[in-house]
Amino acid sequence: MTEKTTPLWEVFIRSRTGMAHRHCGSVHAADAEMALQAARDVYTRRGEGLSIWVVPSSEIIASDPAQKDELFEPTASKIYRHPTFYEIPEEVGNM
Amino acid sequence: MYTQALNARDTEAGAVEDADRVAAFQARVDAEEKIEPNDWMPEGYRKTLVRQISQHAHSEIVGMLPEGNWISRAPTLKRKAALLAKVQDEGGHGLYLYSAAETLGVSREELTEQLLSGKAKYSSIFNYPTLTWADIGAIGWLVDGAAIMNQIPLCRCSFGPYSRAMIRVCKEESFHQRQGYELLLEMVRSSEEQKEMVQDALNRWWWPSLMMFGPSDTDSQHSAQSMAWKIKRFTNDELRQKFVDATVPQAHYLGLTIPDDKLSFNEATGHWEFGEIDWDEFMRVIAGNGPCNRERLAARKKAHADGAWVREAAIAYSRKRADRREAARHAAE
Repeated sequence: MTEKTTPLWEVFIRSRTGMAHRHCGSVHAADAEMALQAARDVYTRRGEGLSIWVVPSSEIIASDPAQKDELFEPTASKIYRHPTFYEIPEEVGNM
Repeated sequence: MYTQALNARDTEAGAVEDADRVAAFQARVDAEEKIEPNDWMPEGYRKTLVRQISQHAHSEIVGMLPEGNWISRAPTLKRKAALLAKVQDEGGHGLYLYSAAETLGVSREELTEQLLSGKAKYSSIFNYPTLTWADIGAIGWLVDGAAIMNQIPLCRCSFGPYSRAMIRVCKEESFHQRQGYELLLEMVRSSEEQKEMVQDALNRWWWPSLMMFGPSDTDSQHSAQSMAWKIKRFTNDELRQKFVDATVPQAHYLGLTIPDDKLSFNEATGHWEFGEIDWDEFMRVIAGNGPCNRERLAARKKAHADGAWVREAAIAYSRKRADRREAARHAAE
């Protein structure tokens, strides 16, 4: 019997209540349930997390690093989006 | 925990690459920017990393064997629990590293095949046998100690996934070295007989531990390129010297003698000077003819073959469930 490739899953862990889930690596597993168990064994041996997400790696769509400039440059030129762009007299106090 | 820097460098690939891209890549590395998997990188950089990271991963996995040998014979429950946790960590470290290597476009199946076929190397240290319980302490103290020397600079490696995996590994590694040293301390304080066992373990593990840092700088062909790419931060000999300087006083504290009659402290440099490593032995072990090379590989092959039905069953089960979900969805429509 030819062995099929075991699917790859990306692992995200929430370290504390109130924090976002954060990517920490990947695991191979046949299905979602086994992926969760493997992620628990591999990435949380010392109380690193309170919650785990696993996502099939093939489902992740990433932006192309070569398009970094056209994607993100426009935000750099819009300085009026930042509070420091606006001048408020000191007498007004903290705003 | 262990890379040995045995990689032969790939040079030819660089020749056909666009000089501007190579220069832009080097500029990013020089600026200490991390390189991520989807970024453009020279083929030689990718190949060097795939080999180094996978060799490192294989070492973690094979490294479970010599210590696993003593789990069922640990002298107390405390020592057994610690050894189990340590061996489980080594397995985990192997998986972090495989996952980092896979971001470079190589599959887990290929990497496993390379290890089992003998194509890929792993650290020479794991081809030595663990004859007594003191060897378990010596591995934690010396082998993990040497690994930590190697791995701390790798936390700053230019390749993001490798550097992040190393940070996790280093956080966990300190326990490995401490449990080993504590175990030895307890033995040398217990009886003359046990102290002799510890000395015997040091005699056998000292030189192989120094070999873990790889060939001397004069014989290491790839060091310069790896340093330029900021994969390596220190040369093999620099790391080896750091290890000797840190370890000799620890041996003296245990009341042990380092098995090297050339060992002496140089007041002027502040370093411990040591004798010549038996490079013939090193080459022999690397070439597959160490005391346990065949045994280690046979154990890995058996484990992989014995687990085949589990992998197949898990995939078949996931297919069956997916098919059932699909059928239920059709029925509902």
